[in-house]
Amino acid sequence: MSLNGWVLIALVFLAVLVVARPIGIYAARVLNGERTPLTPVLGPIETGLYCLAGVDPAREQTWRAYTLAMLVFSAAGFLLLYAILRLQAFLPLNPQGFGGVAPDLAFNTSLSFVTNTNWQAYGGETTMSHFVQMAGLTLHNFLSAATGIALAAAVTRAFARSGSGTLGNFWADLTRVTLYVLLPLSLIVALMFVTLGVPQTLVGAIDATTLEGAKQTLSIGPVASQEAIKMLGTNGGGFFNANSAHPFENPDAWANLLQIWAMLVVSAALPFMFGEMVGNERQGHTLLWAMGLLLIAGVGIVYWAETRGNPLLTALGVDPASGNMEGKEVRFGQAMTAMFVAVTTGLSCGAVNAMHNSLTPLGGLVPLFLIQLGEILPGGVGSGLYGILVMAILTVFIAGLMVGRTPEYLGKKIEAREMKLAMLAVLILPLAILGFTAVAAVLPSALASLANAGPRGLTELLYAYSSAAGNNGSAFAGLNANTPWFNTTLGIAMLLGRFAYVVPVMAIAGSLAAKTKVAPSTGTFPTTGPLFIGLLVGVIVILGGLQYFPALALGPIVEHFLMLDGKSF
Amino acid sequence: MFTHIRPAVVTLLLFTVLIGIIYPLAVTGVAQLALPKQANGSMIERDGKVLGSALIGQNFVTDKYFHGRPSATSAPDPKDDTKTIDAPYNAANSSGSNLGPISKKLLERVKGDADALKGESGLATVPADSVTTSASGLDPHISPAFAKAQAGRIAKARNLPEDRVRGLIAELTEHVAFGLVGEERVNVLLLNLALDRLTST
Amino acid sequence: MSSKLAAQPLCDGAILAQATRDAITKLDPRQLVRNPVIFVTEVVAALVTALFIREVVLGIGTPMFSGQIATWLWFTVLFANFAEAVAEGRGKAQADALRKTRADTQAKLLVGLHGGRDDVWCPRSASELVVGDLVLVEAGDIIPADGEVIEGIASVNESAVTGESAPVIRESGGDRSAVTGGTVVLSDWIKVRVTAAQGSSFLDRMIALVEGAARQKTPNELALSILLSGLTLIFLIAVVTLYGLAGYSGTIVPVTVLVALLVTLIPTTIGGLLSAIGIAGMDRLIRFNVVATSGRAVEAAGDVDTLLLDKTGTITYGNRLATQFIAVPGAGERELAEFALLASLADETPEGRSIVALAKSKYGLPDPQIDRAKAAFVAFSAATRLSGVDVNGRVVRKGAVDAVLKHLALTNEQAPFEFRQAVERIAQTGGTPLGVSRDGRLLGVIHLKDVVKPDIKERFAALRAMGIKTVMVTGDNPITAAAIASEAGVDDFIAEATPQDKLAYIRAEQAKGRLIAMCGDGTNDAPALAQADVGVAMQTGTQAAREAGNMVDLDSNPTKLIEVVEIGKQLLMTRGSLTTFSIANDVAKYFAIIPALFVTTYPELNALNVMGLASPQSAILSAVIFNALIIVALIPLALTGIAYRPVGAAALLQRNLLIYGLGGLIVPFIGIKLIDLIVAALRLA
Repeated sequence: MSLNGWVLIALVFLAVLVVARPIGIYAARVLNGERTPLTPVLGPIETGLYCLAGVDPAREQTWRAYTLAMLVFSAAGFLLLYAILRLQAFLPLNPQGFGGVAPDLAFNTSLSFVTNTNWQAYGGETTMSHFVQMAGLTLHNFLSAATGIALAAAVTRAFARSGSGTLGNFWADLTRVTLYVLLPLSLIVALMFVTLGVPQTLVGAIDATTLEGAKQTLSIGPVASQEAIKMLGTNGGGFFNANSAHPFENPDAWANLLQIWAMLVVSAALPFMFGEMVGNERQGHTLLWAMGLLLIAGVGIVYWAETRGNPLLTALGVDPASGNMEGKEVRFGQAMTAMFVAVTTGLSCGAVNAMHNSLTPLGGLVPLFLIQLGEILPGGVGSGLYGILVMAILTVFIAGLMVGRTPEYLGKKIEAREMKLAMLAVLILPLAILGFTAVAAVLPSALASLANAGPRGLTELLYAYSSAAGNNGSAFAGLNANTPWFNTTLGIAMLLGRFAYVVPVMAIAGSLAAKTKVAPSTGTFPTTGPLFIGLLVGVIVILGGLQYFPALALGPIVEHFLMLDGKSF
Repeated sequence: MFTHIRPAVVTLLLFTVLIGIIYPLAVTGVAQLALPKQANGSMIERDGKVLGSALIGQNFVTDKYFHGRPSATSAPDPKDDTKTIDAPYNAANSSGSNLGPISKKLLERVKGDADALKGESGLATVPADSVTTSASGLDPHISPAFAKAQAGRIAKARNLPEDRVRGLIAELTEHVAFGLVGEERVNVLLLNLALDRLTST
Repeated sequence: MSSKLAAQPLCDGAILAQATRDAITKLDPRQLVRNPVIFVTEVVAALVTALFIREVVLGIGTPMFSGQIATWLWFTVLFANFAEAVAEGRGKAQADALRKTRADTQAKLLVGLHGGRDDVWCPRSASELVVGDLVLVEAGDIIPADGEVIEGIASVNESAVTGESAPVIRESGGDRSAVTGGTVVLSDWIKVRVTAAQGSSFLDRMIALVEGAARQKTPNELALSILLSGLTLIFLIAVVTLYGLAGYSGTIVPVTVLVALLVTLIPTTIGGLLSAIGIAGMDRLIRFNVVATSGRAVEAAGDVDTLLLDKTGTITYGNRLATQFIAVPGAGERELAEFALLASLADETPEGRSIVALAKSKYGLPDPQIDRAKAAFVAFSAATRLSGVDVNGRVVRKGAVDAVLKHLALTNEQAPFEFRQAVERIAQTGGTPLGVSRDGRLLGVIHLKDVVKPDIKERFAALRAMGIKTVMVTGDNPITAAAIASEAGVDDFIAEATPQDKLAYIRAEQAKGRLIAMCGDGTNDAPALAQADVGVAMQTGTQAAREAGNMVDLDSNPTKLIEVVEIGKQLLMTRGSLTTFSIANDVAKYFAIIPALFVTTYPELNALNVMGLASPQSAILSAVIFNALIIVALIPLALTGIAYRPVGAAALLQRNLLIYGLGGLIVPFIGIKLIDLIVAALRLA
């Protein structure tokens, strides 16, 4: 670790915060249907969309109608993407002539993009045509992100409103977020990426003759336009197999900074949107602090663990000065690689600029644990916000009793119904992660897919299901996940992690929206300030830690001690 | 539920056109017009022939060129397409080794590479990037230390004084911007191109 | 039942003995299933017991270890049951005391109504009375059932219910018409319409409540139970899947050890103490002589934002005190004081005593030298509203102004102008004028005035710190009300309040999202009592008021509202703190058990054995023992509740978080280590 590394980490966080607040406030205005500077340009498109779709944006929906609309939309998106993948061979813009995608992989990939997971059981440059990358994958990068933000807005309204039966209109929220927030940001970021060297062409591959006279085929394509939304929408599904480690996706250290900034900025903006919409900015700041502190701790641990290097390699005469370099690119440096690793998993982005499977045990423990904490630091766009709100509800409930009042969050009493639904939501992750991993860990056909023996093999499984259920999408790659077992079970885990989680959360929102807001007093449990931040962090870590500690002990933790003991597998 | 089908289908299709087609094409158009070099992959041409991309590493194996980092990329086995064979710097299939830190395979590979470099350079310890595979398998850069470790071999193969080779490395070393952004590094392809130019002049 | 029970010690031998027996009968799974955490513990305890028996019979495994684990798991369940049983036992002791007053009485059932005392009655067992029956109750009779006085007036000893032996007046009509079964008529007679049948009377309901028979989970308790069940499920998933995860590295984790891990992780501490905390909360309320008709009301009390307090009796002394003597022209102030003193000599009411005190202190009057044997004191009666003394041929009277005038056979207009002026002025400022006469001559008027209680301002300040707004309700005019309000330091007041005003105020506050508590006694308070989130009815109040409120104050002391709020808060705080403690405990347990679990496959994991526990088996055993013993250790805290201080929420949170959050993290590390030292020393594992 170096001071310069830390200064740069701090500067990137600062650059995010500076922009996140205006974006959050802007997003709140967009979601309230207010006029924005972009309305003259995009307003007609928005109105036209509503007109053709038969949507009245002013017509409010109950939580049930809102959720159902979201589910029908996601199902339609899934079917369309599945069809595009299967029919790839017959569709245009396929310069490399790729065939149709196999059913189990198409199932997995469609779910993966609709759930904002963007797990890649395939290598992009060897499987997907440009048409699929654009009209299939890029599209869902937008729509799954917009869906997440819409849901977060609906949940936010539950706290903002008092005695209301409705949470907004899904179609209006989806359309507005896509048009006014994601599209303009993506355009700007995409062009910045091109400037920094990310290709944007419809050509499929370029053949080069190397200096030594060998033939090198360079896969290329419309990378920048997808890269922008891949990061902004915390999707993480790369154009290439190596994702953001690929020089065409992430050409240099500056592009890498832009990548980290872009993946953080929208998720970090949403707590500001929350504060703006509930009429108390400090509530949003508090959530962001809790997210930020845990994320910074995560960055720190990865940075520390990776710069210490691998003692087993040091023993072989490898200079430990530049840290553990296996699976890392030279151009980014350890600080920005560590930051990327923690941020991409604290967010449910899942883009990688280093191969997580080659991280040191503790360096790999952090991304795994950050995913398992529920993708709330600050989490996927939208899903991170409603995820941390569930944690805030739990925190308020456990600790709120300690001030001698029925727990309430933002004036909404947390009662048996909310508790039941929150526990239902919270159960989904351990059930999907630990349940599937435990089965796979003793299933010979699953074990055949492992890339590493010993504890790391178990970690590969644990990471895969954590990533799927957490809708992250990063991997301890090397695990051959393109098998019917993994494509199917990981697909189910993604489905559970997104929809089985959000339906109870929306039910909580419905129930809270209907409640009268209780007026705050000095006797009210304070949900802003350092004490609550500490409490929220404690509940997130202890609840998360308690669930996964045994599994982690058998994976990265024991691997760490084995490494210190000089053992290998 | 059925009331939601029309908005779902219509919204999806309209966005497919707007975002799936118009948005990437618009970005492509602007990029191709304004930044053709970057938009087409920062390709390097010599004598009208595409040599490769400045951003993508190449598999240098001969003694007269600087070698890049070990690469774990692979390609389908021409004899049996269910299997793969090692194909370093395969820019059509990026990939890392995905070996964990206590993997025997990793340790064996590193030991082999480290011993070779130690023998060639006479160094007691080798730079980490010289024996580790990159994340993409296409890393265009190496550390100046790794480059310097190869200077002796290059000088010998090209009949150059080692100082000239070292001077070239120093010249082509890219530095940390503002002391913060990036890493001390040398682009292997550019270095080798400069080496060729140095030898031909 | 009040004072003697309030002194009940925490550990009563008889209660503990009974609780120990009850703890065993509560093992019945049908009963235990209501508490999911402890039910799961029982199921796995049975499982480990079965494994233990199998090991013994087949001579395999480690029966010594399994046997000990099984034993401690059963103890965990028993300790949880014991906690509940102790809490219930304390309630039962109160119920028994109440039940004694409910011996079967003979009622005088009226069969023919002729008016007055000429009605015909026939004897009937109280248990056979039905709602609507009319009964006659005469001096010395026990009132056979709850009811409403429809005719007559009587003084009644209600000590059976309230513990207060001073008799109270019960009469038909008005706010003092409700009578309670089991209380005794001391003088006169009343006719009572039965309003509650045997078994559903007020006394019966009180017995059922304190016994816990009618206990249902309160809303917050239910929500907390759901959280605890959810956590149990999560840990069940974590532990069951561990079987597969361990299988990856070829480790077969013994079921006994998995069970031990599960039980130490699930929140048995709070799960075991939860119902005891709830029962103890009700119990504390009863010790304050307040009966809640539901646990819901006790929880709501903790949430109260606004307290509606009647001025009289709560903020000011209900008994007005003499502050001034105003003589009529022709009589001296000193003469007035002298005779007022004489008239009040036998008046033991606070008003009477205050007149004596004022006369002595202001005019330096000595104790009058009268022969008490020759003096005929006239006691205050509800009919005459006069009191006084006939001594040495003098007739001295004091009383309500109109009663005194009537006594003097004067109309209001005939009274001296100055007298009328003084009376009017006193009434306008919220005071009470008392007329004084001597031998048929009007002497003047005594100004009785509300005096704000000396400590009330501090209490309101404390409430404000708790975030609770106080509102004074008074019939006074706004000027008087404002004066008293500022003197007492309340936040707001409703002057010239009618019952409708109260109701409207409550509704307006509730619309702003505030929870309201109030107390009341009159029938016309009933709608407001019903509307309020916490409505405390006075025991002396009407049946309608008692039905409308969700608490009844047996002492009829409106100041109690403040304690009721504190008890509600204390109940919730105790739950929250022990939940936090319970969850925080898990961290240490992991550090004890996880290294022990995999030590054969991965000896490297012993690095996590930060406590340096002797052996894997002793580590697991120590964690299980700690988990069981901590329940017992916390029973006193669950019963007494954690300390409450009237400070803001932020300060409370900080304090409790430090004690129960941080303490919950640290204590088990020490506890498990100590137990491990003992276990190792005794060679138990």
